[in-house]
Amino acid sequence: MSKILDDIRYADSHEWVKLEGDIATVGITDYAQHALGDIVYVDMPEVGDEVTKGEDFGAVESVKAASDLLSPVSGEVVEINEALEDEPGLVNQDAFGNWIMKVKVSDPSEIDDLLYAAAYAKICEE
Amino acid sequence: MEEKLVKTCLHDRHVKLGALMSPFGGFDMPIQYKGITEEHNAVRQEVGVFDVSHMGEVRIKGPEAYKYVSHIFVNDVTGAPDGQIFYGMMCYENGGTVDDLLVYKVNDEEYFLVINAANIDKDVEWIKRNAEGFNCEVVDESPKYGEVAIQGPKAEETVEKVLGLSVKDIPFYNFQTFEIDGEEVIVSRTGYTGEDGFEVYGPHAYIQNVWDKLMEAGVQPCGLGCRDTLRFEVGLPLYGDELSDTITPIEASLSMFVKLDKPEFIGKEALAKQKAEGVKRRIIGIELEGTAVPRHGYPVEADGRQIGEVTTGYKSISTGKSVAMAMVEKPYDKLGTPVEIRIRKKTFPGKVVKKRFYEKNYKK
Repeated sequence: MSKILDDIRYADSHEWVKLEGDIATVGITDYAQHALGDIVYVDMPEVGDEVTKGEDFGAVESVKAASDLLSPVSGEVVEINEALEDEPGLVNQDAFGNWIMKVKVSDPSEIDDLLYAAAYAKICEE
Repeated sequence: MEEKLVKTCLHDRHVKLGALMSPFGGFDMPIQYKGITEEHNAVRQEVGVFDVSHMGEVRIKGPEAYKYVSHIFVNDVTGAPDGQIFYGMMCYENGGTVDDLLVYKVNDEEYFLVINAANIDKDVEWIKRNAEGFNCEVVDESPKYGEVAIQGPKAEETVEKVLGLSVKDIPFYNFQTFEIDGEEVIVSRTGYTGEDGFEVYGPHAYIQNVWDKLMEAGVQPCGLGCRDTLRFEVGLPLYGDELSDTITPIEASLSMFVKLDKPEFIGKEALAKQKAEGVKRRIIGIELEGTAVPRHGYPVEADGRQIGEVTTGYKSISTGKSVAMAMVEKPYDKLGTPVEIRIRKKTFPGKVVKKRFYEKNYKK
């Protein structure tokens, strides 16, 4: 069973987001990293880029394929996880501990329609 | 109506092992068991076993078997000793590739062809149709044979100890037949990984037994995922990517297998002309500076425009470099030429290199 944390929100496209004030930390879930297999590259946005909820902000590359990352929030990228440039496999080791980007959100209410842990767990079971 | 996938004789074993299954060439095949990286490394460092029963086998027998094989095969099998194996292609009149294949010489009147799974129907129809007028028979033996490939530095020791087959003296690109329980089993020192290894062909029950013995001995099962990463690293082509009905062996940079001094073969004129005039485009290797991953279909650019396309690309498991095989226009095929690959919205710089990204470790 994949790890699912209770205090964050989930998109059905398998990204997670933790909102603290107006800063949202975004990553992919344990379920996603397991499904992808060994991650060989994380294509991250640049600090200062604008991201839009529901649109792709980068990609995660496994051995065989690239998977788009969809942003669960809109706003400006204020930080990216540079450790992933040299060690993309960190996401496999700890998907919740190795976030991908931090966004200064333009509209905090955007997370209202995201899933809580229990609902996300249900999707993973399907 | 959905076309039903064919199952190999080892299918239920893959499912029991929890393999990730996926359609390939009309077959339901295992892509990975433990993970592509682990399986790839097992083959490079020790030994791994692949179910390759999906491959096709065609036997050509008769007084004109040699004459007919020479007619459809671009390589030259003349004067070969019994037991030798040749790699090459069958081509159309216009030089485009029907398939790449192995030709096993059984004797002057019998040849055993091993063809790609995805092309079995097309190849069998092609081989049967062109045999008209030649005194030989063409038999599709694909359903009869199961096949496994045991590959890696410990492959020889594994086949000897676990399977009890005496194979250590089989030279590279040679085969031997064994009679086991009244049935013929073929073992060749061939493979698609760049490592020493053997391919074992036999009736289904025998191959099932072979697989079970190897699993019991703890040999890593390997799927099509690492089969592709392994062959790619050592510069081997895959029909459908680096060869096709519109890509000639010369464009694929495989002209060493096209023996133009043969008196005739299908496609000879077109290929001779292409070699003499020079190709307009060619398959080469590209090494990117960074670690972004190039993939099949991604554009290759230089001087502000697209000059080619990636045919196969990976972050090489054995070298850690992001590398690709690509079809590019001349003169961008020259070694060292700076090029870029467009990955999603950005371009990434690299240069043209040889398409053998990792050195082969054959036992020659």
